Amino acid sequence: MRASIPRPERFTYRHIGPRPEDIDDMVQGLGYDSLDALIDAVIPDDIRLRRRLALPKGRTERDVLRSLRALAGQNEIFRSYLGMGYYGTFTPQVIQRNVLENPGWYTAYTPYQAEISQGRLEALLNYQTMVADLTALPITNASLLDEATAAAEAMWMTESIAKKRERPVYLVDEGCHPQTIAVVRTRAAARALEVKVAPAEQFEFGPQVIGALVQYPATDGRVADFRPLAERAHAAGALVTAATDLLALTLLVPPGEWGADIAVGSSQRFGVPMGYGGPHAAFFATKETYKRHMPGRIIGVSKDGDGRPALRMALQTREQHIRRDKATSNICTAQVLLAVMASMYAVYHGPAGLRRIADRVHALTRTLAAALRRLGYTLIHQSFVDTLAIEVERWALPGIVDAARNRRINLRILSPTRLSVALDETVSLSDVADLIAAFALDEALPFMMEEARNEAVEAIPEALQRTTAFMTHPVFHLNRSETEMLRYIKRLEARDLSLTAAMIPLGSCTMKLNATTEMMPVSWREFNRLHPFAPRDQTAGYLRLFQQLRFQLAEITGFAAVSLQPNAGSQGELAGLLVIRAYHESRGDAHRKVCLIPMSAHGTNPASAVMAGFSVVPVASDERGNINLADLRAKAAKHAGELAAIMVTYPSTHGVFETSIREICSIVHDHGGQVYLDGANLNAQVGLCRPGDYGADVCHVNLHKTFCIPHGGGGPGMGPICAAEHLAPFLPDHPIVHVGGPQSCGTVSAAPWGSATILPISWAYITLMGWDGLEQATKVAILNANYIAQRLKGHYELLYSGARGLVAHECIIDTRPFKAVGIEVEDIAKRIIDYGFHPPTVSFPVPGTLMIEPTESESREELDRFCDAMIAIREEIREVEEGRADRLNNLLTRAPHTLEQVIADGWDRPYSRERAAFPSPHTRLHKVWPTVGRVDSAFGDRNLVCTCPPVEAYAAL
Amino acid sequence: MSNVPADLKYTKDHEYVRADAAGVLTVGITDFAQGELGDVVFVNLPKPGDRVAAHQPFGTIEAVKAVSELFSPVTGMVAEINGALDGDPAAVNRDPYGDGWMVRLKPDDPKELNELLDAGAYRNQIGE
Repeated sequence: MRASIPRPERFTYRHIGPRPEDIDDMVQGLGYDSLDALIDAVIPDDIRLRRRLALPKGRTERDVLRSLRALAGQNEIFRSYLGMGYYGTFTPQVIQRNVLENPGWYTAYTPYQAEISQGRLEALLNYQTMVADLTALPITNASLLDEATAAAEAMWMTESIAKKRERPVYLVDEGCHPQTIAVVRTRAAARALEVKVAPAEQFEFGPQVIGALVQYPATDGRVADFRPLAERAHAAGALVTAATDLLALTLLVPPGEWGADIAVGSSQRFGVPMGYGGPHAAFFATKETYKRHMPGRIIGVSKDGDGRPALRMALQTREQHIRRDKATSNICTAQVLLAVMASMYAVYHGPAGLRRIADRVHALTRTLAAALRRLGYTLIHQSFVDTLAIEVERWALPGIVDAARNRRINLRILSPTRLSVALDETVSLSDVADLIAAFALDEALPFMMEEARNEAVEAIPEALQRTTAFMTHPVFHLNRSETEMLRYIKRLEARDLSLTAAMIPLGSCTMKLNATTEMMPVSWREFNRLHPFAPRDQTAGYLRLFQQLRFQLAEITGFAAVSLQPNAGSQGELAGLLVIRAYHESRGDAHRKVCLIPMSAHGTNPASAVMAGFSVVPVASDERGNINLADLRAKAAKHAGELAAIMVTYPSTHGVFETSIREICSIVHDHGGQVYLDGANLNAQVGLCRPGDYGADVCHVNLHKTFCIPHGGGGPGMGPICAAEHLAPFLPDHPIVHVGGPQSCGTVSAAPWGSATILPISWAYITLMGWDGLEQATKVAILNANYIAQRLKGHYELLYSGARGLVAHECIIDTRPFKAVGIEVEDIAKRIIDYGFHPPTVSFPVPGTLMIEPTESESREELDRFCDAMIAIREEIREVEEGRADRLNNLLTRAPHTLEQVIADGWDRPYSRERAAFPSPHTRLHKVWPTVGRVDSAFGDRNLVCTCPPVEAYAAL
Repeated sequence: MSNVPADLKYTKDHEYVRADAAGVLTVGITDFAQGELGDVVFVNLPKPGDRVAAHQPFGTIEAVKAVSELFSPVTGMVAEINGALDGDPAAVNRDPYGDGWMVRLKPDDPKELNELLDAGAYRNQIGE
């Protein structure tokens, strides 16, 4: 008899939480016959995609891993001496395994809920302390997206500090990395700011100059003394930004000591692989005076209700979610996971270890310099740290480059007669010997290596040698042994709530499964050891993967072209708007600069519009959160002559499929505008409807939401943009690696494909799920949200639903009625922590509400456990309402409860310790303890401290 | 219920105005406004000598999770600012009508004062 061979289980079965029988049951509970009938009732008929996505069917994990291996095998790892802000580094393996590859770190969300985030907040405070010490500028953040965008943020901050000037000018040193200059130019053009690129010593600080950007050390290795420049700038009322290198700063006088006002750069070489461009954390540091102008997330020290030091994000009023079009930046997602890695690298090595690494790299560079001089080459700069620029005869250059290639070495070609070589901590003496052999054009060396070592001369002028101490805080001195290091990492991890403990039902954040298979390629050397500017013939595997991912995303969104460059959702928004701007300009419509934004939009939208040089005109939303069509028509007509775009989120930020989306798009088109679709809520659409079909012209896709890149505790993210045919020519390009359209809007990220190493995650997810799995995932995401909405309905007021009383993939519960008895939304959120969950999104999009997004990955058991907790909390509120519990001193207002509080000898609260700490049966099986009590944010904002406090602050307890 | 002193004038934007004998106006935000904002962490004020225009922003006030513009009740010149708020922004919460004052203004036209709300009208506006 012929054997019937069962098919191996496909991945969809693992990705989706509810079991097939649960799904049937849940659907019937909602009063529908089938999941499809439910979906028909949720999504407006006129926008449905009435066919399968043109993608293959889902596959098994084993199968997809094999394909990934094959792609990886097509990448070639050469030794990279290209520099330009990307360097080889040894990731300490204790950090690789326990941070980078550890879901306890990579599945957490941005630390909005400080009480269950003290671990990564401490790691980020260490990061800020390290940056503040190395740059000698006291106010730092954690973190920005890459060095080039950090430089652009510095320019924007300079613009906001500078007094208004006619035709303002910003000076940029030609010694800056080319990608930095390209991003700065792109961002300046949008703001009508003139950029002048020149050698720094020729800068003229005329009355129009608002500031200057220099690179220290320069892209070609030169180390210059910028003290005179800083003096001239300050005398003219201009600010100086130094793009700099943390490893070099262990040897050099830091920017804060020679007069820089802002320092930016990448912390990649502190243990984060090059990854063909990212992700890496960029740093930003400035003076105390400018703290309220600083972009990005600042971690600050405050205290909890018991007076214990507690960390949280500080000065949030600077940010887009509060200040919208007046924000200091549009940045939301940062690069937390990578900042944590870099900070752990600093903790692991300590100041002496970092200095030793820098000394070693510098000594090898000096050795190489001596050998090259022996070979008769001229070095262009005599002062350097780790990068040499070498004068080469025009005829000899191709031969040297070839000789290097034959040794699997990449050199940077500065010009037809100049090469540069940048060394790093992975370089050994034998690597240097290989380099010398290449420069000797394979001839026998006329000297011994030992002689070159002996002839190495001082290369950092005395006036520029660092004399001040750095990283003196004990945290950088205690964890030298691997045992201590491991325990430190684990101790911090244990303080935080991640997806490894419970669901994180944050509305609009899509905290779905980040499957292990999807994560595997991130640590494969074929993906993470490549320099972003490596020749394309060495990166065939990556290029193939990009091509397939672009196809997948284009098919899913219904668009013609995709740019993988934008490094986060916020950057996708900016890129999309710049594309629209370039499109209008190409048609002689440069005056089209009005951007319509619904009041219900996320704060990033108006912040991005301002960065793109648009003026924001708000459009009213009705009481259901839908765009007010009459107001839209009126505003579109009023601004018809100058209408550039509308930014619309779909399904809306209120979690509803607006039935009028087609009409919204055509109103805007009829008045000459383009439709920018914010893809934050794409998880409710994949396989069911497509932005490109219902009228959008361009959208961004948050790969870290819908397509499974983990949130990393607050980044990395990726925000590729998908565009219709007519916008394709304007997609972003890159100055080193050509990637964009012929009429490109400029460069938005430092690297051509943004954070390339995490793109295989999304590729793997889409490939694993296939058209069928993706479609099912969307349906179950909608089912799960409606299941929660229905279970909570009788207990809480539900805000907003569609025409048939259904929600999309998230639901909002209104907690404002409880204000009457003194219970704020914050109290409920903090009480949810006692039940072992991460609270839902607080006060967005509506103040005083909670927005819940379960995603398809949560099982019915977990959904029930969460709903049970919410219902139990409702009963606790009732006790207050009915006067059975004190209005000021109750389970909610005093939440969350720490172990220390409930176990202490003294307990003076009117409720029991047991109810405080073990409110549900599950908490007895698995208790997540907040490590600090309710954090006092006001105290910390009134007294900003963003570096590690002295140990005495803790000893006083 | 919040404190709305009967002897002061008010704006729709929740500023109060106290006129002294010399016609100089002391301006701050009302008790109701400070309650809505929550813990004030920073107040950004103009410089003495700066010009301000009626209904136009003259500064900003920041709480932990909200930021709001401060609107001038009249057109005129800034005579004095409350520098103590820099070190003690919480004074706005503690004592909005006393230590929490923000600026003293010299109005161009003292009659503009008549266009402001009295305590009863302001109380109506905030629904109390």
